[in-house]
Amino acid sequence: MTTLTTPAPAPTPTPARTAVRPVRRAPSLGRIAAWAVMAVIVLVTLLPFYWILRTALSTNAGLAADPTNPLPVHPTTGGFERALGLQSTKEAIAQGGAGGGLDFWRYLLNSVVVSTLVTGCQIFFSAMAAYAFARLRWRGRDTVFGLFLAGLMVPAIFTLLPNFVLIKQLGLVDNLLGIALPTMFMTPFAVFFLRQFFMNIPREVEEAALLDGAGKIRVFFRVLLPMASTPVITLAILTYITAWNDYFWPLMVSYSDSSRVLTVALAIFRAQTPQTGVDWSGLMAATLIAALPMLVLFGCFARRIVSSVGFTGIK
Amino acid sequence: MTVASTSPPLRRPRGDGALAALFVAPAMLGFLVFLLWPTLRGVYLSFTRFNLLTPAEWVGLDNYVRMVNDPIFWDSLTVTVEYVAINIGVQTISALAIAVLLQRLTQSAVLRGIVLTPYLMSNVVAGIVWLWILDTQLGIGNEIIAGLGFDRIPFLADETWAIPTIAVINVWRHVGYTALLLFAGLQAIPTDMYEAAKVDGASEWRMFWRITMPLLRPVLAVVLIMTVIGSFQVFDTVAVTTAGGPANATNVLQFYIYGSAFGRFQFGYASAMSVALLVVLSAITFLQYRLTRAGHTDLG
Repeated sequence: MTTLTTPAPAPTPTPARTAVRPVRRAPSLGRIAAWAVMAVIVLVTLLPFYWILRTALSTNAGLAADPTNPLPVHPTTGGFERALGLQSTKEAIAQGGAGGGLDFWRYLLNSVVVSTLVTGCQIFFSAMAAYAFARLRWRGRDTVFGLFLAGLMVPAIFTLLPNFVLIKQLGLVDNLLGIALPTMFMTPFAVFFLRQFFMNIPREVEEAALLDGAGKIRVFFRVLLPMASTPVITLAILTYITAWNDYFWPLMVSYSDSSRVLTVALAIFRAQTPQTGVDWSGLMAATLIAALPMLVLFGCFARRIVSSVGFTGIK
Repeated sequence: MTVASTSPPLRRPRGDGALAALFVAPAMLGFLVFLLWPTLRGVYLSFTRFNLLTPAEWVGLDNYVRMVNDPIFWDSLTVTVEYVAINIGVQTISALAIAVLLQRLTQSAVLRGIVLTPYLMSNVVAGIVWLWILDTQLGIGNEIIAGLGFDRIPFLADETWAIPTIAVINVWRHVGYTALLLFAGLQAIPTDMYEAAKVDGASEWRMFWRITMPLLRPVLAVVLIMTVIGSFQVFDTVAVTTAGGPANATNVLQFYIYGSAFGRFQFGYASAMSVALLVVLSAITFLQYRLTRAGHTDLG
């Protein structure tokens, strides 16, 4: 390239102010195509949700007779009744279901207990540790933090079997505490994530409070933790979703209704439905019931959840 | 401890040892008991015969010898790699496309929300829903295929189709999350670079390759490492859709490990396979990090 020989083009005098903001042109072919692609993405993303609802409100006989009808076929709430165990076994079998239902409220409560316990404790303890790593001066701090960071490299699957053995030895199998315990105290990610935030708070904030005579514990709870509410809530929402959707670990640990969470219950409900002539309407109703709490959560915090994803990944 | 240049205006020459111990204690307990100890124990168990009921019995390398000679292990490793390749390939390209569309077309928060919705579902829910949509007899997916005049495809019941199908189901659930991670990376690229390029007459396509890709590379690398590691741990979707079948065609490593431990109570053998998976994952992470120079950025 001979850029050196050609002098830089003289700054052409901009013709008036017209060029400052490009005039809204007719949408180009490329833009139309791009929007079309976007529309397809939205369809593929959302249609399954509608299809769950449409199926859940249909009868199994109707589904078999008219599989492509975009509306519920022979609208009924039978599917939901079966999923919730409100139908008599006889009635359920007549409508194409199996005998067993979901003890929905119990599983819901179990899911709530486990997810809340995991989220609340994990984030509180991780925040305390993060503060110690970011703001306190103590011997071996960097070494210990390095150790925590190394924990980030161990994939979850690797610790699952030994953790199961441990939980079993502690006598916590089939117990909600057993499900919550491994992630209740910390995850390396939560500590790392919150430490980053505490590191960036100006020291002056802390020092002003210290000069006023507050102890460091007080400073942490009254000044720094409230300042960290945004990253804490961000982390909490994502931790909650992850804990709620977890299947593998609860499956290992729970054996009976007393500790069954919704994901596990749903998979069992699926395994129970007849292999020939699956109870699709009951199954979709159960699926919807299991998914509903997260959809409601999303309805309440959509904007926050959406923005938090980028926040956790990059910062 | 020396009070060096960083000394705060306060007279606090001593460290905060006691307080720090208090603050780190709960996390430390969790770290030692549920992360470090299980990791060491997992390695130890891989050298034992252990069925949960009787104490672990040291057998040296037996489990590893068995693993190397176990055709099912190799099959399941192959199946897992096939799954990861399809899942990551489709997911990365789709996520990149969605992220770029979100950035270049509109900044709509509603669209971002819609794209993320499947992420809120559990893998179990996603698996069951797609099992229904793709059902050979009544599923709307197959009804459409039949309506278009093609043969119905037994997506999850056919040996060649099952793994790609599961891979794509998981793309459906995760692609929005990945797209938003990439979108956040795109937001860091100064918009005036695009404007300058536009003034020079660059097409969107050219801007994508000359601006977006080079500047997004570090973020893309981190996202790739994260998603590959996650992808190797596929279990839930397989468990609810095919349960490893047909004929072991979807017997992914994690499923085989689970079966060995809880189906056949061979915890030692299952642990050895976990170690193998850990080694594979570490190697991949290291390679990816090296190849993509993840630590560097072109954005000065």
